[in-house]
Amino acid sequence: MDSAPAKRSSWLNDQRVRELAYQILLLALIAVVVWGGIYNAVVNMRARGIPMSFGFWNDVAGFDINLHLINYSNLSTYGRAFWVGLLNTLLIGLICIPLATLLGFVIGVARLSPNWLLSRFALVYTSVMRNTPLLLLLLFWYNAVLKSLPGPRQSISLDDVVFLNNRGLYLPMPFARPSAVWFLGMAVVAIVSAVGFHVWGRWRQDRTGAQMPTALVAAALIVGLPALVIAAAGVPFGFDIARLSGFNLKGGLQIIPEMAALVFGLVTFTAAFIAEIVRAGVLAVPFGQSEAAGALGLHHGLSMRLVVIPQAMRLITPPLTSQYLNIVKNSSLAVFIGYPDLVQIFAGTVLNQTQATVQVMAITMAVYLAISLAVATALNAFNARYALKGQ
Amino acid sequence: MDALTYVRKAPAPEEAPPLLSSGALAWARTNLFSSIGSTSVTLGCVALVAYLLPQLAAWATTRAIWSASDGAACRQHQDGACWAFVVAKWDYLRFGSYPGAERWRVDVTEAIGAALIVWLLWINAPRRAWGAFLFFVAYPILALILLRGSSWFGLTSVDTQLWGGIFVSLLTAVVGIVFSLPLGVLLALGRRSSLPAVRLASVVFIEFVRGVPFITILFMANNLLPLFVPETWTPDRLLRPLAGIIIFSAAYMAEEVRGGLQSLGRGQYEAAMALGLKYAPMTGLIVLPQALTLVLPGIVNNFIGLFMDTTLISIVGATDFLEAMNNAIKDPVWAGPTIMVTGYAFAGIFYFIFCFGMARYSAHIEKVRAKGRM
Repeated sequence: MDSAPAKRSSWLNDQRVRELAYQILLLALIAVVVWGGIYNAVVNMRARGIPMSFGFWNDVAGFDINLHLINYSNLSTYGRAFWVGLLNTLLIGLICIPLATLLGFVIGVARLSPNWLLSRFALVYTSVMRNTPLLLLLLFWYNAVLKSLPGPRQSISLDDVVFLNNRGLYLPMPFARPSAVWFLGMAVVAIVSAVGFHVWGRWRQDRTGAQMPTALVAAALIVGLPALVIAAAGVPFGFDIARLSGFNLKGGLQIIPEMAALVFGLVTFTAAFIAEIVRAGVLAVPFGQSEAAGALGLHHGLSMRLVVIPQAMRLITPPLTSQYLNIVKNSSLAVFIGYPDLVQIFAGTVLNQTQATVQVMAITMAVYLAISLAVATALNAFNARYALKGQ
Repeated sequence: MDALTYVRKAPAPEEAPPLLSSGALAWARTNLFSSIGSTSVTLGCVALVAYLLPQLAAWATTRAIWSASDGAACRQHQDGACWAFVVAKWDYLRFGSYPGAERWRVDVTEAIGAALIVWLLWINAPRRAWGAFLFFVAYPILALILLRGSSWFGLTSVDTQLWGGIFVSLLTAVVGIVFSLPLGVLLALGRRSSLPAVRLASVVFIEFVRGVPFITILFMANNLLPLFVPETWTPDRLLRPLAGIIIFSAAYMAEEVRGGLQSLGRGQYEAAMALGLKYAPMTGLIVLPQALTLVLPGIVNNFIGLFMDTTLISIVGATDFLEAMNNAIKDPVWAGPTIMVTGYAFAGIFYFIFCFGMARYSAHIEKVRAKGRM
């Protein structure tokens, strides 16, 4: 386009004019659609008496939420309900991400196991999970399993400590005794010194080649120091165990069945995808790497841990991050089984009560977008830091 | 020194051949019993299968109730599946409340759709461009006339509120692919365009849709779409989730197609430009045919995800297969402790067969390509 035309042609044939025209046309089209949409929305909302401000934010919500991490009652505001929902969504993410990662790595490694039967088991698991809708899994766990459990009086109990019934899973709730401060302080000291010993052992191994028994020392520190506190000052934690009183269980840590089903479904579903990512990442590391590790005398486990997995992580991390985002986004399926997450509380109950459709949907989507963008930014920073140089 | 020299006078005796180097036993030794750990894992797996599989098989076959007119027999035999329930509800599960006399129209639409999809997925089929034209242009119109009804052709109109079951699940997935693929191609081209405004618009759309959960898109389509159009245009109750699924799936399709566009060698573009092709013919004749063939497995995988996501449309009142199953389970005539597990098991098998079949297809294409036969 840069070469000057030999003969002066019409300005209509000028590439730059055309490009500009196309873009103006597109922008005009978008503007018309957006303006038309807003105009219609204003007309329709006025006609139906739908509120057009965010004034509802400070109104009294008037409904109860059966799981709230911050103080909430039916006298709280809609704004408070929003924060309760957001925290519940993040709670699911925080619980599911480590569990799904753990299970996914275990299954991914099992899939690569030299044992044929174990690798087939892992294959069957990933095939079934990846080809079944998540919603079906959630409905199955919630309706067919957890809701069909016996009532509180006939709870399935594990030694009268852990109880499972159709009101949820009851775990012992730990509470702190006065010596807990010492216990926790000692645990921190133990962890810090174990890490310090590990770093020093590394440094020494790099210099002299002599290996230090890092794992043994770390175990001794982490078990030993807190054990000293227990010996000196008694057990630092007590456990509040649920007891049957009347028709229900009292005390303990109650995990509502909605949450149990959501966590179980999301973890088992996402783990299958993570397993495939792990498998693909490990297989992408050239076989020569494990052969070289073997030639250096490392056995299968060590060569995986020290040579293959660190290289595979570079390939695993980006898709793994998108699976983490999927967990957060898929937790919105909570609305089908009644777990009070952001979508169920805010885009469901609050939207229906206030009728403030546009505002509520905008806030809900903005929250998810913000989470996605934040994670994407972090991932880009990670990639820039760990990408292979010179490729 | 001399005493230490050793000269062999006779050849060493032949060693016995290795006992196991090939055959089933050797295979088992290297793959199942190579070490103590491996052996215990094998034994554990075998024990698990031996314990679970017979029970599961008996539950699904010998102890199951295969035919009954109501739930009485299933309530008596609680240790087996109640397939009679699925048999009795089969018509509802397939068509929802679509009027009985008109159900042949659904059958015809499904049969034509299946034939066209086979045509498109069969790599060496003749005239696939014609197949694509029929599937993406002619078929939607035909399907709309057949399913919705039209007085011109003497077909009575059937309200979409009556549509339901497997038919709606398939319809949603096919509508999703038919409209989202062209839209996704446009978005992918837009994202790689040299015009900044076009690029920005595409990127904003794609990243926005991919950043939010599908459910919020469905809520948006259901609650906001009617607000943003004039009152007289208020979309049909089934059209709203369909619009939502098109928007959602177009963004994911776009990323898939972009992958194909990126993996196309630069030489292809340069050769096309050297031949004097402008943007439109270059894209239509050189770039897209290659890029789309390249990402066919990815598109199929996307379609699997789309098909599983159709289960979510019930949140805005549409009756897909899973919702129809949920409704059928609630029927008091069949109420019993085995009904729910049977229903969900059947739904699971249905989705698995569909999705696994498509997954095998795309894996097969990738395998054939990896061998360089295509």
